[in-house]
Amino acid sequence: MDSLFPLTLRLNGQQVRHEVTQRTTLAEFLRQTAGLTATHIGCEHGVCGACTVMVDGRIVRGCLMFALQAEGAEVTTLEGLAQDAAMQALQKRFHEHNALQCGFCTSGMLITARALLEDNPRPSRDQVREHLSGNYCRCTGYQAIVEATLGAAGDIEEGAA
Amino acid sequence: MTEQRTLPGAAGLVGSRLPREAARRHARGGGRFVDDIAFARLAHVAFVRSPYAHARITGIETAAARALPGVLAVVTGEDLKPLCHPWVGVLNHFPGLKSAPQYPLAIDAARWNGEPVVAVVAESRALAEDGADLVEVSYEPLPPVLDLDAAQAPGAPVVHPDLEDNLAFALELDTGGVEAVFAEAALVVEDEFRFGRHTALTLEPRSLVADFDPALRQLTVHHATQTPFQMQDVYARHLGLEEADVRVVAPDVGGSFGMKLHVYGEEMATCALSVLLGRPVKFVADRLESFQTDIHARDHRVRARMAVSEEGEILAMDVVDETGIGPYSVYPRTSAVEGNQAIRLMGGPYRMPAYRGRLKVVFQNKTPMCQYRAVGHPVACAVTEGLVDKAAARLGLDPLEMRRRNVVTQDMYPHRSPTGYMFERLSHEECAARIEQMMGYARLRDEQAELRARGIHRGIGFATFIEITNPGPAFYGVGGARISAQDGCVMKMEPSGQIRVDVSVTEQGQGTETIMAQIAATHLGVPLSDVRVYTGDTRSSPYGGATWASRGAGVGGPTVMKTAQALRDNILDVAATILQARPEELALRDGCIVDAAGSVRMDLAELGRIAYFRPDTLPADYHPELTVARHYVPQGYPFAFTNGIQASHLEVDTETGLVRLLDHWVVEDCGTVINPLLVDEQVRGGVVQGLGAALFEEVLYNSEGALTTATMADYLAPMAGEMPDIHVGHVVTPTLTSPLGAKGVGEAGTAAAPAAVMNAINDALSPFGAELRQMPFTPERILAALGKI
Amino acid sequence: MKAAPFDYVRVESLEELFSLMGAIGDDALILAGGQSLVPAMAMRMARPRLLLDVNHIPGLSGVTLGDSALHIGALTRYHELAASPEIARHAPLIAAAVPLIAHEAIRSRGTLGGNIAHADPASEMPAVLLALDATIHAESGQGGRTIPACDFFLGTYETALAPGEIVRSVSIPRPQRAERSAIDEVVRRAGDYAMAGAAIRLVAEAGRVAEARIALFGVADRALRCAPAEEALRGAEIAALPIEEAVAALRDALEPLADLHAGAATKRHLAGVVTGRLLAGLQEEHENG
Repeated sequence: MDSLFPLTLRLNGQQVRHEVTQRTTLAEFLRQTAGLTATHIGCEHGVCGACTVMVDGRIVRGCLMFALQAEGAEVTTLEGLAQDAAMQALQKRFHEHNALQCGFCTSGMLITARALLEDNPRPSRDQVREHLSGNYCRCTGYQAIVEATLGAAGDIEEGAA
Repeated sequence: MTEQRTLPGAAGLVGSRLPREAARRHARGGGRFVDDIAFARLAHVAFVRSPYAHARITGIETAAARALPGVLAVVTGEDLKPLCHPWVGVLNHFPGLKSAPQYPLAIDAARWNGEPVVAVVAESRALAEDGADLVEVSYEPLPPVLDLDAAQAPGAPVVHPDLEDNLAFALELDTGGVEAVFAEAALVVEDEFRFGRHTALTLEPRSLVADFDPALRQLTVHHATQTPFQMQDVYARHLGLEEADVRVVAPDVGGSFGMKLHVYGEEMATCALSVLLGRPVKFVADRLESFQTDIHARDHRVRARMAVSEEGEILAMDVVDETGIGPYSVYPRTSAVEGNQAIRLMGGPYRMPAYRGRLKVVFQNKTPMCQYRAVGHPVACAVTEGLVDKAAARLGLDPLEMRRRNVVTQDMYPHRSPTGYMFERLSHEECAARIEQMMGYARLRDEQAELRARGIHRGIGFATFIEITNPGPAFYGVGGARISAQDGCVMKMEPSGQIRVDVSVTEQGQGTETIMAQIAATHLGVPLSDVRVYTGDTRSSPYGGATWASRGAGVGGPTVMKTAQALRDNILDVAATILQARPEELALRDGCIVDAAGSVRMDLAELGRIAYFRPDTLPADYHPELTVARHYVPQGYPFAFTNGIQASHLEVDTETGLVRLLDHWVVEDCGTVINPLLVDEQVRGGVVQGLGAALFEEVLYNSEGALTTATMADYLAPMAGEMPDIHVGHVVTPTLTSPLGAKGVGEAGTAAAPAAVMNAINDALSPFGAELRQMPFTPERILAALGKI
Repeated sequence: MKAAPFDYVRVESLEELFSLMGAIGDDALILAGGQSLVPAMAMRMARPRLLLDVNHIPGLSGVTLGDSALHIGALTRYHELAASPEIARHAPLIAAAVPLIAHEAIRSRGTLGGNIAHADPASEMPAVLLALDATIHAESGQGGRTIPACDFFLGTYETALAPGEIVRSVSIPRPQRAERSAIDEVVRRAGDYAMAGAAIRLVAEAGRVAEARIALFGVADRALRCAPAEEALRGAEIAALPIEEAVAALRDALEPLADLHAGAATKRHLAGVVTGRLLAGLQEEHENG
């Protein structure tokens, strides 16, 4: 049986302490230990993008880090971005454009889109497509996701102006 | 002009671009998938799987696994025999279809790489995998049956010795006279087409938690399934439980595409293990398991020829389709359906008088193959449309003109195809006219010529299609499958005046719940915000077929419509009683009872208050009926066909063989469009799966039958970066078979996109005399066709 | 798809690292970016008994400019390579290569040292280091040594690192003369492993090619230079490169290894196409000043 090891980190803005096994991935820790199920696990080998979360301000694959590697780190999931203006703009547009069907890819897609808009507030259509090309969506035609992201970029700019 | 029918009460919300509330919830991370649900005492299962495509199992050593701390049980196929009856995937309406009994875990022999052999249950999935590592299975490898020809060769090794040979099913359709037509035709074009093996690749893998209560012998299964009632029936019958003691609940389902309605050994084993252990057991397929055991699709080789007159009139098609289905016909829908539909859909859009189609379905030692989105459609569409283009080129006809000359025209409906399909009313001519205008066809052709002169090779490809939706009992029920062809709805006005709708069709993200809410609100006369729709729980949903084969909107919709009309009548009856008026003088509008003058007399909250809490103020013997149930069976035609046309515009890099998709257009006719926002994205999603088939997706095996595309880095699915913008237009021909006029739309995109891309690539490469017929159109295949390698 | 059990240690210093490696030997694996190792562990293809997390060892990360070379710490992540002004200025080929590597979320974690120690033959960075004539600084408990990039990559997932040795840093010589470089690859989808790719560096003297380096990836069991193609370019005017000859020489010399998605003939052809196009681009760049 696996032993448990302490893990302390800032999770969605709160300092938290949990116990995890050494082989628990960050994505598994978020879902199973911290109860944050917005992050989904789609492939466990770093390809699908469903488990994309932020670690120390950058997007990462939650399945390609062990939870213990996040000791002392700042980890943010979709739940932790509920009050984030850029995320709210994206969420609103994803809803309006029907930029999701089953919703399984959505958290990873939103977090990836938010990272793009942070780096590049006015991306072109092609830049949006390229930036999101590491996140699988099997339901939509991607187009609504692209349009929602572009729409949110406009909303954020307007909001900031 | 398309015939338009004014539908009583169909105004209002039906036809509006309404976003889904579920999308708001998912965008905030509020999804609740099977793997999100917490259970006490949850056990996890992992499987030991066959590393061989075909092998005799000569021994299983489980002691080391059993001894591992945290392991709760190690179970073989033999151990599960008393708990679970085997199943055989045959149906009576496919005469001659054969298959072998299938068990949750392989017994005696393993017949594909990845077939589950031993189940290990442990306190965590990681521990279960540790236990699985310690199980030692001895195998005696047997010669694998892989290739279509090798499977049918005399003396070939057989997948099931009891079945004598590898031919699972054969079918021949023949109008007669085909040979004579070909002998006399001015032009005969022919080709061999190949279609790669696909897999659905839902982002949420197959998932379930089986939770057995030993005291009551009741089983609850939280299951990522499209078809809760079908699975309730299967679990009850095969696990020896009462139907009433099995509850199947589908929470949020992370994509399905036809893949999450088949019976899989792992699911049956998981339920049996919960019965055995008396505690909840979870199985969530990992991605490797998904590639190995989710049903595969396609894998066809089609030899086809088309006879054409000098004027470009299609006279006949003659088609031989061979398809490999893995070692079993999949239960309970069978693996004959894809081939059956492929040979019946051939030539479907066209006035083709003569047809012969021959189908051979063969067993192989590969992952079982069964129904996945657009069953048979892309095969029939690509073969037909490929030959149409080829004939047009030989005759010097524009491909769009060739199609115009041949489609079934408005004066011909209802029309019966030579393969026996009945078309109520389709709109091929209107769709072709519409796409020509949408895409600016003439301008694109000019641009193509100009660029070609500069060495840039762009192509334009069309694909006309028909699509099977709204299947009735002819689909499965007549063959003996316990799969409901009808659907049910229970609708209740609550004391607040709000409406609760329980309906048997299910949601996997298509927007079923939103569409049902729109229909209910429209036909009741209440605001959309007052309607709540619930699906997917056999304990609370009325019985029905659920969502597959594009039947959710088309069959579920009229069910909800009928129920809403009945509840509205009851509400007006209660209102009339309260207001001492006649029901026919009253109407329900925007959640209020209004009189003939349009004045608001009362709102539904007030009606609810009186009906539920002060019925003493109503006349003696008056009992308000504010819950109603209705069922609906699609009738008149076995299916409601839709139709449309797609066009692909792309550029081929003739040095690298890479294809860049520039634009894609779809004009489709699904009858009444209930929600264009959802329909358009449904079409786009379907197109993208079809573009995947055309350019990327192919399950590969090595010469030993081992799966080599076992990760998402190896099985290539379409991503945002390579996908074009997809422009969707509609022609609306409501079906008269349904009061709602709506047909399905889930298959259309996938049905024709591969054919459109194939034709566009061949159009681009026409100056080189290169032609491709094997999907996916990889750089390697394109370079080979160009003679570069 | 769960990793087999292992012990995890967050290593704080190189001394601690080498002592643990010495004690455990082959059963210990180093976890840097983890973008290749963690999936391999999830599939139980890698089963370390001890996982040594080197991400917090001080001094292993960052780009510094020396007199004659640019030094890149092994733990420098792809996104840091992309953002470094020193790299943009003195090793633009690296900056050009980063966007070809997987996707942004992978580039957040993946490291240069981890990449080359993993030695995936379809990866971009080994070819880039060959083209740039880089040296790899290896270190073990017994001390350090330098290994030229051309001697470092030995085969699929195989390098010249001895047991107990790690990549500490990579040095790229600072350009002494005018030079141009470029990288490209043929992929079916953005971010995929290359079906064939090339990294090219041309050193110019008086408008002629003084030195040409053509490093291919995705075609063999390792990144490799193509001497006959380089030879065909040497001495040629940059404004009139003998591109066809170079490509023909490359195709003659190359014996590619097939993979799942491309056979040897396809890879040979594509390597030629990519090389030809890159050379044409460099020539055009030269003409445009």
